[in-house]
Formats: sequence, structure tokens, C-alpha cells
Amino acid sequence: MELTMNAQAPTAGNGPLRRLSNLLYRKPTLYLSLLLVPPLLWFGAIYLGSLLTLMWQGFYTFDDFTMTVTPDLTWANFAALFTPANFDIIQRTVLMAVAVSIASGVVAFPIAYYMARYTSGKTKAFFYIAVMMPMWASYIVKAYAWTLLLAKGGVAMWFVHHLGLQWLLDLLMDVPGVGGNTLSTSHLGRFLVFVYIWLPFMILPIQASLERLPPSLLQASADLGAHPRQTFAQVILPLSIPGIAAGSIFTFSLTLGDFIVPQLVGPPGYFIGSMVYAQQGAIGNMPMAAAFTLVPIVLIALYLSIVKRLGAFDAL
Amino acid sequence: MTTPAVQFTQVSRQFGEVKAVDRVSIDIKDGEFFSMLGPSGSGKTTCLRLIAGFEQPSAGSIRIHGEEAAGLPPYQRDVNTVFQDYALFPHMNVLENVAYGLKVKGVAKAERLKRAEEALGMVALGGYGGRKPVQLSGGQRQRVALARALVNRPRVLLLDEPLGALDLKLREQMQSELKKLQRQLGITFIFVTHDQGEALSMSDRVAVFNKGRIEQVDTPRNLYMKPATPFVAEFVGTSNVLRGDLARQLTGNAQPFSIRPEHIRFASGERAACDLEISGLLHDIQYQGAATRYEIRLDNGQNLCLSQANSQWDAAAVAHQPGQRVTARWAREAMVALNEGA
Repeated sequence: MELTMNAQAPTAGNGPLRRLSNLLYRKPTLYLSLLLVPPLLWFGAIYLGSLLTLMWQGFYTFDDFTMTVTPDLTWANFAALFTPANFDIIQRTVLMAVAVSIASGVVAFPIAYYMARYTSGKTKAFFYIAVMMPMWASYIVKAYAWTLLLAKGGVAMWFVHHLGLQWLLDLLMDVPGVGGNTLSTSHLGRFLVFVYIWLPFMILPIQASLERLPPSLLQASADLGAHPRQTFAQVILPLSIPGIAAGSIFTFSLTLGDFIVPQLVGPPGYFIGSMVYAQQGAIGNMPMAAAFTLVPIVLIALYLSIVKRLGAFDAL
Repeated sequence: MTTPAVQFTQVSRQFGEVKAVDRVSIDIKDGEFFSMLGPSGSGKTTCLRLIAGFEQPSAGSIRIHGEEAAGLPPYQRDVNTVFQDYALFPHMNVLENVAYGLKVKGVAKAERLKRAEEALGMVALGGYGGRKPVQLSGGQRQRVALARALVNRPRVLLLDEPLGALDLKLREQMQSELKKLQRQLGITFIFVTHDQGEALSMSDRVAVFNKGRIEQVDTPRNLYMKPATPFVAEFVGTSNVLRGDLARQLTGNAQPFSIRPEHIRFASGERAACDLEISGLLHDIQYQGAATRYEIRLDNGQNLCLSQANSQWDAAAVAHQPGQRVTARWAREAMVALNEGA
């Protein structure tokens, strides 16, 4: 009895802070709106607002002759996306994004599976750090480092030479769409850099989805007569699809928007990102750049709706 | 004699230093409802997992219908399990869940869907096939898990505390349904539980586990009436275990014995030759509805528990008060001699 009396004594005060917290407790809606209004303002005005302004500029007219932008509305920029030169850029970027996503998934899955099911405590912490450590280094430094790794006389070539795989590399370099003059100026080289840079974004969501899988589900599958191969195909893989989908959204969209790697590694030719960069920077054609930024947005929206239709989010 | 459904011979399972199961031998007969009862950490669930194949024994032999099972993976054993958390596949609907075992064994689609539908009918869930597990209540999920195991027509069904998550009414209903199903199908049921009431009411025989060892394997009636060890006497129902000087003073020898609270009464009238008596201070009375429980503190400090059924004509009977000195009396034949430290 005495204890409760003592505990109540300090709360009996009726200071302004106490009254405020009582008010917020009684009116949860007010509390919630106080919390949410600032970030929503930021999100709405600065984030969505600037994006919509950008989209709107896609309808402005760019005069090739005077190099000036006038606010006369036109569909010309969006139509220009489908000219062969521009469509080529889109196609090249999308193919690369798809290839990078698939390869990242294939490489990431076993690592994520091992992390989720076979590590704990210190080993798990080690894997987390090992996966995320590359993200601590600047992205540009890594991209430049890869140009050196892949260059003639670089580490990659040294390995190829000493493993006696020169013939295989030559063969690959001759394949159109994959090869190029050297590894560092080939599509393959660019692909390797992309897979390297985005891999953690694939590993972590897959790992999280596998971590959530109760061990009893795998035991139930085995108990019902499924061989490990069947358990993988029928239980593990379907239940990890939300993770794979989340990871692929990262790798896909990050590749679509990237403008550094395509400039540093691989054959000449624009990517969507580098095209936007060139249009608004060197050329000053803001409307065309704006039209190009619409492409990744539309593609991601399409991708998400396809993934959703395939039922990737049903198990969420 | 027929081959036992499951036979453990000197089976041990060690996890590092811990002996989860320690030299256990049991014969589980074909077609019986067998329960493994014990507190958590007593080794009962490990035994079940050894039969299912999720664990492998460190030593000893496990035979399932006469065939050595040690070393066989779960998918090569003719047993199925109903898991404690049901372990239904969340990405499949109820029918797909039930048909899963048939699917992985390559049963044709039409056949397996028909059998899955039948199995759902058996657990009174016909027509629920199209739902996802998240759309079902706990009791319904429980039935799906049961149908999913039974559809494979296993010779042995393992149930790992399957009723633990259900509320009391549902649990009692499922108990009688499980028992009925077992009789109807004639399959061996091996049921793991920590609830002694559940084990007693459903089983043909019960094994009581303690610290990785089996204390007693017997019919529910014998387990209750003739517990072999102090642990069984106290774990199965409530019991007073009297040992040492107290036992010597009452019976003339030091062998411990057990006496059930409902077999003790307050001394009144003439004492018969075969009756034993002890007195103490009444220090707690608990009204429990059907019965009233009295705690008597004996002179050596031990508590003796006495239980009296509350019948109508008792209402006017002597009201005992805490602090009173009372004498408890029981018949000698109600006592059960126990083997200490079995």
C-alpha cells in the first residue's frame, strides 16, 4: 500500500508536459498525425512533388537548333523513346538488368540458404559482415577498381592465363552481345561488375525469407515422404519467392538506373541511366532526360505486376 | 507373438553432454494407443523424433515393424507425424496440404485428390479443401494436420502434443475424436503429452518419462492405482508420498509408500484394525467444486493432502477451520509401496 502511494507522488504533478502527454494519450489520432505529418510532407512535397515536376517537364519542347527548352507541351519526347537508337538503349539496359537479376539470384540463393539454416551466433555475424562489408566502400571506388581488375594485364586476365582458360575467354569474347575486344570492354565484364555490386541486395532478402521458414515445415515434408530434392522444389523454393522477388526488385531497378558502371566498364553505348545523365548534363535536353526517367518507372511497375500475378507475394 | 509396431532396445540419444534419452527400451504393440507422458525435457519428444527419423540414436536399436530404422531418413519410414505447431504448408490450400504426401510419392492427380477429399471428410472438414491454412481456426488446422498424416495410411501415427494449443472444451472433444479414429482405423498411435489427464483418458498404455529414462510402462488404471516409483505417484494425479521415519512409524518399515488424497478421510468413529492414522494441523482448505482439498501439516513438517467429494448431505457436516488439529485416517490396502530411486 505504502509502495503505491510513493510511486504515485511524483506523477501527481500537473505540469505542461504531463498535460500534453495525457492529451496525446486520450487522442491517438492527434498523436499519430503529429508523428506522420512531417515525414509525409517531406515525402509528398519533396519526393513525389519533384518526381511529378520532372515527369511534367517530359512534355516540354526542346529546340535542337537554339538548344533551349520552351514550356510548350508535346508528346514528341515520349515518341522519341521508340526511335531505333533510343529503343536500342532501353533494350540493352533491360536485358542487362534481367541477366544481372537472374545471375544474382542463382549466386545469392546458396549463400543465403547457408546463412539462414546452418549458421548461428558468431558465424552468422561473420556472414552478415562479409556480405555487407563491400557496401561500406564507395560505389565509385569499387567500379574503378573493377576496371583495373578486368584490364589487360589485370588480375582477372592473370587468372585466366594461369588456369589455361584463354581459349574459353576468346570463345566468349567472340559471342555477339556477350563479348567485346577485351574483358573490360565486353558486356560480360560489365555484367560481372553489376552482379558483384548488387549481390548483397539479393542475398539479404532471400536470407530473411529463408530465416522465417519454420524447421518443422521441412520436417513435415520429409515426414510425408518427400526426398530432399522434392522438399526444396515444393516447400523451400516457393516459400522463398517473396525474398527472391524483393531481391530482384533491387537488382533490376538498380541496374536500370545505373549510369557509372556502363561508362567505366564494357563496350561503348548508352544505358538508360547514362543517357539521362548525358541528356540533362552535356546536351541540356531536360525534357528528353525526363522522358527517359519514365522508362524505369514503367518497367518496374510492369515487373511488379507480373511478379504479383505469379503469386510471389501470396505467402507474405 | 506378433512383432511390435515400434521396439526400442537400449536406445540413447545424447546432445553434447546432455543425455536426452538414456538407455530406453519399450515395445509398442501393433494397433495400440500408446502415450509418452512426462514433464518437459524428460525425453518423450526426443523419443518421438527418433521414431520419425528427425533424430538418430547415439546408441541402441529402433525397430519399426521388425525393421531396423536407425540410419533411415524420415522419408523412408512408414510413419507419419502430427506436429505440435501443425506445420501446414502456408503456400498450399488445405486439399494440396493433405494431398502432399501422395503427390511426392507419385500418386496420380485424380486419385490423390479423391483420397485427400476422403481424408478431409474423415476429420469432418469436407468442403474446406479450397481454403488456405491461415483462414482456419486452431482446431481446424489440427484436423488438417491429422488428415494430412492419415491420408498416407501409415502403420504408425506419431502425435507430438497435438492438443496443447487448443482450449479446454475443444481439447476434450478432440481427445474423444482421436480415440474413436484410432479404434476405427486400427493404426498404432503414439501420443506425446505432458498432460497426465489426457494420457490417462485416451491411452491403452502409458510410458512415464523422467530425466531421459522410463519410470513405468502400464495401463492408465495400473499407473494410477499402482505407481511403481515416487515420481510416477506424484506426476500422475496427486499423491502423498511418505518415506523415512514417517513410513517406519506408520508401517513398521522404511519403504516409501504413496496414498492418494481421495483415499484419506477425517477420522471419525471407531478405528478399524486395518486403518492407519496420523494427526496434524489443518493449514489450508481449497474449495474445488466437485471436491474440497485439505492440506494438513504433519508434525515433521511434511504436508499431507486430503480430498473429499462435495456431496449435498455434506453441506451441514462439520466445517473444518484452518489451524484446527485434525486426524487423518486411511485403509492400509489403499497404500502403494514404492521403489525409491528406480
